[in-house]
Parts: sequence; C-alpha cells; structure tokens
Amino acid sequence: MIPDLRVRLGELELVNPVMTAAGCAGSGRELAQFFDIARIGAVVTKSVMLEPRAGRPAPRIAETPSGMLSAVGLQGPGIEVFLQRDLPWLLSRGARAAVSVAGGGPGEYAELARRLSEAPGVAMIEVNLSSPDLARRGRHFAHDPEAAARVVRAVRAEARPDIPVFAKLSPDVPDLVGLARVCVEAGADGLAMINTVRGMAIDVDTMRPAVAGGPGGLSGPAIRPIALACVYEVHAALPEVPVIGMGGVRTGADALEFLLAGAGAVAVGTAIFHDPSACVRVLRELEQALVERGVERVASLVGAAHRAPGAAVRG
Amino acid sequence: MNDFRPVQMSSPVLTVRQVDAYHAITVVAPGIAERFRSGQFIAVAVGGEQSSMLLRRAFAIHDVKPDYGGTVEFLFAVRGRGTAWLAERRSRDLLDIIGPLGKPFPLPRDPVNCVLVGGGYGSAPLFPLAHALRRRGCRVDLVLGAASAGQVFGAITARRVAETATFTTDDGSFGVRGRVTDALGQVIEDARSDVVYACGPMPMLREVTALAARHDIPVQVSVEETMACGTGVCMSCVVPVVGGDGITRMARSCVDGPVFRGERVRFDDVGTIPFDALGAPGWKARGDEESPVREAG
Repeated sequence: MIPDLRVRLGELELVNPVMTAAGCAGSGRELAQFFDIARIGAVVTKSVMLEPRAGRPAPRIAETPSGMLSAVGLQGPGIEVFLQRDLPWLLSRGARAAVSVAGGGPGEYAELARRLSEAPGVAMIEVNLSSPDLARRGRHFAHDPEAAARVVRAVRAEARPDIPVFAKLSPDVPDLVGLARVCVEAGADGLAMINTVRGMAIDVDTMRPAVAGGPGGLSGPAIRPIALACVYEVHAALPEVPVIGMGGVRTGADALEFLLAGAGAVAVGTAIFHDPSACVRVLRELEQALVERGVERVASLVGAAHRAPGAAVRG
Repeated sequence: MNDFRPVQMSSPVLTVRQVDAYHAITVVAPGIAERFRSGQFIAVAVGGEQSSMLLRRAFAIHDVKPDYGGTVEFLFAVRGRGTAWLAERRSRDLLDIIGPLGKPFPLPRDPVNCVLVGGGYGSAPLFPLAHALRRRGCRVDLVLGAASAGQVFGAITARRVAETATFTTDDGSFGVRGRVTDALGQVIEDARSDVVYACGPMPMLREVTALAARHDIPVQVSVEETMACGTGVCMSCVVPVVGGDGITRMARSCVDGPVFRGERVRFDDVGTIPFDALGAPGWKARGDEESPVREAG
C-alpha cells in the first residue's frame, strides 16, 4: 500500500505535506543540488522585501543545545531580482513556490503582494510578521494584534484572490490564539506557526553575545514542544483554519506529531542546515510511518490528537 | 556546473591521526575526491544521527588520494564539543560529509612564480594547491606561520613540495621570529613572485593582501569565516566583498568563496555591514537609471 500523501489547506493543494520553512532553503538552487525540489509539497522562499537587504552583521548564528540562535536580518536580493531570477527558476524546476514576504509597514507588504500577484505561478504568500515595524520603532508586527491585522488585511486586499495568504505567527505573544483569530478575521486563509523563539547565548571567551547585537531567534528541535503546543492550541480553538506547522521538525515522526496536533502541512527549517536532504528524508520517513500504522490517507491524521481516545483515524 | 556539484555521503573513517598540534581524519569519499579542486572544503555533521549539535563543521580539504576509490583528508584542532567528538572517531566509523564545497583557488594559465602563505592549520589547503601549481610548471614558495613550533603545520612536506619554505613563529621557537608578513616581502623579492595565495585568520589575510598590493601582484585569499551549513542556505558566513561592478555585497564565504581576490575583501569592515553595502540600512536603490539586476549576497 502506498499512502495517499496529498493534503489540502483551504485552497492550497499540495502533493504532500512537507515543505521548507522560510529562510532555510536559500533561493531553492542550493538545495536542488541535493534533491529534486519538485518532490516536496512546496518550497517556501526566504522572506522577500521590496529592496535588496544586506542583513545583520556577523556573527549571525550560534549553536545551542539541539538548537540554533540566529539573527540574519532578512538578507536578500529584493522583489525585483526575485521575480526576474529566483521565481522563474523555481517554476522551471517544477517546484510549488510559496513566497514569504516581509516589509516595514502595511504599504510595503501590499506592494509585495501586488507584484507577486502579477507574476505567474505563486502558490501561496506567507506573511512574515516577525519583521520590524518601521512606524513603531522596530517592534514586530506579530507582537501587536492590531498591527498584524493591518498587514494581513493589506496583503489579502492586494493578493490575487486565488493565491492563499498565510500569516506566520511568533510564539512570543501573550495570547497566540487571540492573535491567530485576529489574523483570520483580517483575511488570512491560513496560519504558519511558529517563527523562532527569542533567546540568547553569550560567548564566555569573548564575553560578548554569541550573536551580534544580543538576543536572536531560537530554532531547531529545542523549540519543537513549544511549536507543537502552539499548533495544538490554535487548532483546538480554530479547527477550520488551515495550519502549516513548523519548529524543530527533524524526522518523519516529528512531522507526524505536527499533523496529529492539527497542522495540515509541515515545514522543515533548521534541520536543512544540518542535512540539506532533510525534506525528502522527512517525507520518506513520514510515508514509512503511515505504512507502519496502516494509514491510507495522510489527510485523515490532521488533528487526530484532538479526537477522543480510540476514535478511528484510518481513512 | 552540474559536474562539480557537491555530494552528501556517509563516509567510513580510514584513519585518525595526530599531525603536529592537529588532528587529521582521512575518510573514504570517492565522489568528493574525484570532484575536488584545491581550495574547496567539506562540511561535516558532528555528534551522530541524533546529535544535539545541529551546525556542520567546515574543514578545508588537505589531501585527496586515489586509494579505495578516493579518499579525502582534513585537518582540525579541538576547539569545542564538535571537534572533540571528531577527534574520538575511529577507523570504520561513519561520517556524514558534504563536499566538495566552495569556489576553488583559480590557477594561473602560465607557469608563473607563486608564493603560498598559511597561518596555523590554514596551511592545510595550500598543499593540494602547491601540487596543482607544480603540475602546471609553476614555481612554488611557501611561507608558513604559527604561534609556536608545535602549531606550524606540514613543515616537512613544505620543504619537499616547495622551491623554498620559510617558517615563522610568534615566539621564535621555530624559523623566523615574527609573523608571516615579516618574511613574505623578502620571499616575494627573492622568488620574483607573480602571485600570492593565502589562507589563515582574517588579520593575517588583511596584512598579506596589503603586502601584495605594495608589491603590485595579485593575491587570492581563502577566508576562514565560521559556517553553519556550508551549502549557502544559512546566510551566516557573510563577509563584505566588492564585486566587479564596484558594489559591496555581503557575500557568503561558503558559496561565493571561500576564495576571494584579496583586494575585493573589505577586511576592515569584516563583522559589520558597511554603510555603502548593497541593501545596508539607509541604502537607497538608484531607480533613475537603467541598472542591471543587482542583488545582495
């Protein structure tokens, strides 16, 4: 038996539930050296901005137990180069291109959504809300439900109606379910969670922060339980809202956990740095896990952990 | 390009040995050995399959041999948990390795005089380079430096492969007391060097580049910036590098380097985002011209 791996997140249909997490797959070319990127559900790009961006000074990354701290600062070529070079390349390889966008205000996000809607082949727009709001001294949009709603509303208004818009949420908020609800009410077709968790490490030899500038975003298996709780709680509160789960996914079993918690698809992030083939390996392991459990359709497992004990999950 | 793309493999360890103050591991990795060109590196996963250490460790390839279908040797010093784990590997253990990665040293078309400068185990990638240059009929002179005698790497091989080999140590315990740049000028003059290749810490590369400029000869440097993935996705190993168009970009050492033309690296600005770098804070796109596609990194 070969399990049916197709999933549907609202209007977003994917051949399988494994994708890359934003900012972890380069332009797609880097990973295509190791596997056929058309084989995974989608390639989520690193966050695209209107202008080229140099990012933050080095050191940008530090290793922590089962995790990694980073503060890359959204280095990227800007929308122009992305549309001319990166997007056509992804499409030419048969990849489903989901585009993460980031800006300094709702206007920039809207402009990005408009530009992406004019280009053919964008499967989904993911709104990176963990970007500094220039109007409010760099506070992240994700940390203020009103600001987040403004951004989501702006993107949804400008994006072509057939392109699903997913809001990417940060776990560093007092009321994640409330934020999720606000984003959905503002027009988000789905949610991507979680972004990195704020953290820090200090180099005891240099006696300086391990990542330039101080705190950074923690990712990797260290944050998986946090991410899983976020997905579980949001799915419980908003069971109809499609969720892409991410945060420390390293194996097929990890991906399965997220599906059971309520994610309709799963993104692999930091694990890619460790293993550039991680996405296809996770996919293979997930398929194997389904076979071992006699599950015919992966979609039947989504949210299964919420069901009463003993309830059937096979379908 | 596809012929040169890196491969990921589970490579059996052939030998682990102590070389001077360093450890050297040789693995059986035919796919990497056959693609290798001098200056390229490998990225090694450490800690085993369920490791809590997620970042790959990057090491310059020191030697490749045709034995067992192709072997690769790399050199390291124990500096943390990852390298400590590597030092404990034994023959037949498997290592998850990706390579060859990065841009190799460009080789001169003509048989010119080349001086190769290494600091500490930054000397490692210079040996395959020396062999490649010799095969092209180039004269090779080596200048190797370290803090003290124990850290000078490959002194015996250096004397064998090079026309002249000069050693410097900070404490004077071996060769000339001082830094490689204290000896390099004389070597360039004596050997009538046409080009410099250098690998080592940033401050050394900066000095070597300045010295080469004073002698009006080109210099290729291989930077030792810390990397997390080695494959170009993590964006952590960036250095400010001036492009052929005069624009500074935050270049990834792993895929845009590790070898750069010395005068293109903005050594004084390493660890910062120069204000005039493409996409730096306050940087403005010049929209009023028909500019070619530009990008950061």
